[in-house]
Amino acid sequence: MRSLSATLLALGLLALLAVPFFPELVYSIFIMKTLCFVLFACAFNLLLGHTGILSFGHAAFFGTGAYVTGLLVKYYGVPTELGILAGGLVAAALGAIIGALAIRRSGIYLAMITLALSQLVFFFFLQAPFTGAEDGLQRIPRGTFLGIVDLRNDTALYYVVLGIVAVGLWLVWRTVNSPFGHVLRAIREHEPRAISLGYPVARYKVLVFTISAGLSGIAGALKAIVFQLAALYDAHWHTSGDVILMTLMGGMSTVFGPAVGAALVSALNHYLDPFGAWVTVITGLVFMTCVLTFRQGVVGQLNQLLRSRRLSAPDAKVDARPRTNHQ
Amino acid sequence: MDILGIPIQALMGQLMLGIVNGSFYAVLSLGLAIIFGVLKIVNFAHGAFFMVGAFTAFLLAQYMGANYWMTLLLAPLLVALFGMAFEFLFLRRLYGLDPIYGLLLTFSLVLVLEGGFRVAFGSSGQPFATPELLRGTINLGFMILPLYRGFVIVAALVLCLATWYVIERTSLGANLRAATERSELTQAFGVNVPRLITLTYGVGVGLAAFAGVLAAPIFHVNPAMGSSLVIIIFAVVVIGGLGSIMGAIVTGLGLGVVEGFTRVFYSEFSSTIVFLVMVLVLLLRPAGLFGREEG
Repeated sequence: MRSLSATLLALGLLALLAVPFFPELVYSIFIMKTLCFVLFACAFNLLLGHTGILSFGHAAFFGTGAYVTGLLVKYYGVPTELGILAGGLVAAALGAIIGALAIRRSGIYLAMITLALSQLVFFFFLQAPFTGAEDGLQRIPRGTFLGIVDLRNDTALYYVVLGIVAVGLWLVWRTVNSPFGHVLRAIREHEPRAISLGYPVARYKVLVFTISAGLSGIAGALKAIVFQLAALYDAHWHTSGDVILMTLMGGMSTVFGPAVGAALVSALNHYLDPFGAWVTVITGLVFMTCVLTFRQGVVGQLNQLLRSRRLSAPDAKVDARPRTNHQ
Repeated sequence: MDILGIPIQALMGQLMLGIVNGSFYAVLSLGLAIIFGVLKIVNFAHGAFFMVGAFTAFLLAQYMGANYWMTLLLAPLLVALFGMAFEFLFLRRLYGLDPIYGLLLTFSLVLVLEGGFRVAFGSSGQPFATPELLRGTINLGFMILPLYRGFVIVAALVLCLATWYVIERTSLGANLRAATERSELTQAFGVNVPRLITLTYGVGVGLAAFAGVLAAPIFHVNPAMGSSLVIIIFAVVVIGGLGSIMGAIVTGLGLGVVEGFTRVFYSEFSSTIVFLVMVLVLLLRPAGLFGREEG
């Protein structure tokens, strides 16, 4: 199974590397947008899937990343790579603040608090004099990467985005498979026990909130550079809902399931775009179906299928012990 | 006459607007609290049902020629029936799971309803006439009150108090409270709890729709009218705590008034003041003003 997923990962990476060579087949801007959402969803799932915290306000971090990067690059001439980094850092700081407030309650209260706080952030971007209100922050220059790679070239930009997203995903994977990640799962499974074992649970939660928000901010920053636009929609609660759908659809008990979900939702939005308001209706129906019948998500379901096949195979004795799967 | 440099007429006008908004907050958070009490689910679709209530009234008036009073009675009933069907067919399947799934399912219903009404009617508002009887104003001496706004406040308050009475003082309410505390034990005493749950969801949703009909002549009827409201209601509920019926009513009204005053003194904060109050409450009294610490 490990070899199977490694093969799949390698194939996927190869396909992604090849994208700019087949412009008549795939539209590289669309893939870049999808990559941003892939990072966003995987970062979001650090909270939902791995710590058991539902944040309904992650658009605040995504939007903050986009706006901060846009403002710095456009008005202060900050180099693009530093702008993206700053976007991630400011989003992380906001994540620490919102996280510290939100974890004063738990469960659905926490979800409602994050939603309300993200609405506060949304109103800030709507009303602040420097964000372009409903129009968003437009004509953000793409600049160069490290002063050498000209990002106005879509192919160059594509590889830079792919590289940054890959590093981001590696960070997510590293976090999940670290001792820190194990404590997070302990908190998800049984919070009182984690407390009684002496773990400073509140601090862990704020920290994972911060990491998740920072990576979400990076994702938003990349989207702002790709589209040269920090849109108000990026900070809207619809975006918070989208990222939850991506995660749920891909499988929140896995590390890279949300990536698959992000690709699916992104494709859904892309191909349904001509149908206008129907997109919302169809997204809603898909969401409903996922919640009612498909809570494990695509990758979760696939994992289960593989596992049960393994167990029914004659030589299953060797590996029949139950194990949690986190690749 | 001025207070703090603000003409008293303007002050009272904003205060009145605040109380009107507060009445909507009160009715909506009351419904949310009732549903949460019994179903243990936060009904994200509460704002959407508010919107559907307003649209149902609009459609009844437009195509069936119903007058305002008929729509005020019929629209909440129709929406409540729809809500009960939704509970019976879908929401019911999620009981016993993590409550976030209920939140997510009702959220997906928001997308379907909002999107659906946008497909059918577009994003712009539909005008809704104020009923003949309630046009015009009365002079209260210190301010001029549009009659309809006064009616909204009275109607909302009566509804809130009636709901409180039914829950706290009747045998049906006693069953409901019992089901809230110990649903299995209540069932063992022969109360049909699943039916009670469906009914509760219907009542909560009907309250939201009633508020929607009340709001129709004040705001334009449009698909997005519920979604920004429901986020404010969530903040209200975090501030007040979902545990107490009276708490929901008082918090809703109070925050409406706070919002009205903010509009007078710091108008740029008027759309965010409720969220700022929520932050303050979380810092000082995390369980909410009327709340118990959740388990």
